[in-house]
Amino acid sequence: MNCTDFLSQLTDYFDGHIPADLLVEVRAHLAECHHCEVVVNTTRQTIEVYRGNEIYEISDDLRERLHSAIMTKCLEKKRA
Amino acid sequence: MPAIQSPGTEEIHPDVALVARAREGDTAAFEQLVRQYERQIFRVAQHITQNREDAEDITQDTFLKAYEKLEQFQGNSKFSTWLVRIAVNESLMRLRKRKTSKTVSMDEDVQTDEGSIPRDFAEWRPNPEQIFDQNELNDILKRTIQGLPPGFRTVFTLRDIENLSTEETAEALGLSIPAVKSRLLRARLQLRERLSRYFRQRKEGQPA
Repeated sequence: MNCTDFLSQLTDYFDGHIPADLLVEVRAHLAECHHCEVVVNTTRQTIEVYRGNEIYEISDDLRERLHSAIMTKCLEKKRA
Repeated sequence: MPAIQSPGTEEIHPDVALVARAREGDTAAFEQLVRQYERQIFRVAQHITQNREDAEDITQDTFLKAYEKLEQFQGNSKFSTWLVRIAVNESLMRLRKRKTSKTVSMDEDVQTDEGSIPRDFAEWRPNPEQIFDQNELNDILKRTIQGLPPGFRTVFTLRDIENLSTEETAEALGLSIPAVKSRLLRARLQLRERLSRYFRQRKEGQPA
């Protein structure tokens, strides 16, 4: 397995969806290729840093305003 | 002996009952669905459009459309996936109107390979959260995800931020599962490459 083959399996590797025989090859490649090991570690960190930091959190005020607007429009629709 | 769930006894999602009541005209049931998903729909819209005013409009339009089309909801998918699908379509339409990006369809981004081939092989410092304060970190994360093509950004948002499964993401975007996986891989690799500039470990003697 070379680095390109390894990368093509990366999504399934993270999801734990790699068949057992292929997983042996994937692990063997990882054990001998430092670059791919770094890519795995830092890609995992990429996902974690986005999951762990809510960059677009909605404030309570905005949420209430939006909620009222949505329900007002829906009720208008119902009455129409 | 551990309990084994037998096939056919899958739990029915609580949304199913709420949707049924809403269809019969129970506004309180629909309001509960709005409460459950308004944050998520707002986040999805803001991630795709990168614009707060647009995200506000899209959140309202998504729920209004869902309310109008409740009869069309088949129940084959989760209600939340159906909502996300409406929100994604509204968001992409908004981007097309704004023309802030050259590529705003889910199909046109495939050719964008820049950054998908790893070039930076430095390990990162263990806790990026501890290097930057929360505002700096948020700015970095926003700036970085803004640089992704909209199609990649959308797949990353649904799959990695909103935690939808690959199947749900495919359903919400009208893409095949291999197409979702391919876009997700490129999105993750492009983000990784860009974030490496900020988070990579410095060699001794290098400025921080």
